[in-house]
Amino acid sequence: MDSTFQSSMQSTMIQATGLTHYYGPFPAIQDVNFDVRRGEILGFLGPNGAGKTTTMRILTGYMPPTRGTVTLDGYDVVEKSLEARRRIGYLPETVPLYTEMTVTSYLKYMGTLRGMPPKLIKGRTDDAVGLCHLEDYRKTIIGKLSKGFRQRVGIAQAIMHEPEVLVLDEPTIGIDPIQVVETRRLIEDLGKSQTVVLSSHILPEVSMICERVLIINEGKIVAEDTPKNLAEGLQGVERLEIEIGGPVTDVLPALRKIRGVSRVTHRSLTQKELYTVHVESGKDIRDEISKAVISSGWRLLSMQTVGMSLEEIFLKLTTHEDL
Amino acid sequence: MRTAQAVAWKEIQVYFSNPTAYIVGMMFLALSGFFFARDLNDPFPQASLENFFYGANIVLILIAPALTMRLMAEEQKLGTIELLLTSPVRDWEVIIGKYIASFVFLIATVSLTLYYTVLLYVFASPDPGPIYSGYLGLALYGGAALAIGLLCSTLTSNQIVAAVVAMGILLVMFFADLASDNIGGTASTIISEISIRSHFDDFDRGVIDTKHVVYYLSVIAFFLFMSIRALESRRWR
Repeated sequence: MDSTFQSSMQSTMIQATGLTHYYGPFPAIQDVNFDVRRGEILGFLGPNGAGKTTTMRILTGYMPPTRGTVTLDGYDVVEKSLEARRRIGYLPETVPLYTEMTVTSYLKYMGTLRGMPPKLIKGRTDDAVGLCHLEDYRKTIIGKLSKGFRQRVGIAQAIMHEPEVLVLDEPTIGIDPIQVVETRRLIEDLGKSQTVVLSSHILPEVSMICERVLIINEGKIVAEDTPKNLAEGLQGVERLEIEIGGPVTDVLPALRKIRGVSRVTHRSLTQKELYTVHVESGKDIRDEISKAVISSGWRLLSMQTVGMSLEEIFLKLTTHEDL
Repeated sequence: MRTAQAVAWKEIQVYFSNPTAYIVGMMFLALSGFFFARDLNDPFPQASLENFFYGANIVLILIAPALTMRLMAEEQKLGTIELLLTSPVRDWEVIIGKYIASFVFLIATVSLTLYYTVLLYVFASPDPGPIYSGYLGLALYGGAALAIGLLCSTLTSNQIVAAVVAMGILLVMFFADLASDNIGGTASTIISEISIRSHFDDFDRGVIDTKHVVYYLSVIAFFLFMSIRALESRRWR
């Protein structure tokens, strides 16, 4: 069974449906759908300005989407905002910190805001300081810390209340390579017990940490896959997005049997079964697919080739880094 | 409620560890002290704080916005509001916490003027009534000014804009009863009742009239309510 197919069977932590957000007349994201399974590390990969930060802000309840809904552990982030926010640890892209506070007083303050019981705060502050290697800077005024250390303080505040969902917007931006490695290791460790959603514009970073990657470009999700399969996307494989009305367990094998199909993934949306068919390059198999679907008595509801090729998007990404 | 306390406590610490607040407090003491001293130089001085309270009213128009301008504007400038609004904190808890902090600092500053009272008691025998009522009135008046300042700070990320707009609103409300003289009828009554200053006169004379207490409490409640609404509206902008 396909890995993404399995994922839809397990319990979902975050479910985003039809997210659209406009800044004035400009759409920042359009009809973004995805779900995140409990304990998964999901990466948002996309060039700058693709809509990653907008998506994260909607996830965390900072701003409501123009259209669409997000539920977090079953709570709608707009309607049941407080319940949803209780489950979140968030590191915004700009790492906003109160520059006049010391590291520990800041962490304790954030812990209180997050509703931690006072008894826990002391111990968890020490834990967070330890995990982020800030031991020598407990009493330092945040304003005097370098960019890299501020980033660590930002991560510390996001993890100190042991949130069920960790949302990290560009967590490794602006820090030096050694710290980058440490930060990635930290995120991987956290991902063992928590659900992590992170964004990045660096391809290797996402492939190293994440179990599943969403590629977002110009406000739309253009691909969704495991990092391993993404490499395949680079080798000129074309894709078809198909909506079929029929039993998933029968449709999947039937699609895979068609000649020229290299791989099929499946997503369940509300009242929608979407299949992404990866086609060996140079072949047009739309005829075969429609025949197969119709002859089995299922309904072919939509079929489209995916617009922009992954290669073009990857060109805009940071595809390598010098470590 | 615990989060409102945490917000208040954090802001109080900022006030007391920040030079700006001390400068603002010092300005208040120097200017209000000037009004008190002027009274004493009178050929026939009265053992009262009447002039000091009047002066303090004027000075608070400048001081209150200076104390509140940072509260919400800075959160928006630094972006820390993003963490604040994504924490499980209710909007009113943020506003009330910030308001309490500014009120505590104002009361701390005003209480330093209590030595004027001590001076009066050492050198004369003042009537205690107007002193009690005057301080109560000053606390209410100051509270109203801070609430107005807090609303302005919530509406912008620019501290200067917040302060200037708050001063403008306070000045208009302060002189509203003068403008009302030029208009007749009901409009005149309404405008003079809006005046933040005319409601203070009775306190200065030693009268605690429920009407005036209710006025100041209403102003505080109205502007705090508007601040909470303004913070909420941030999510939709």
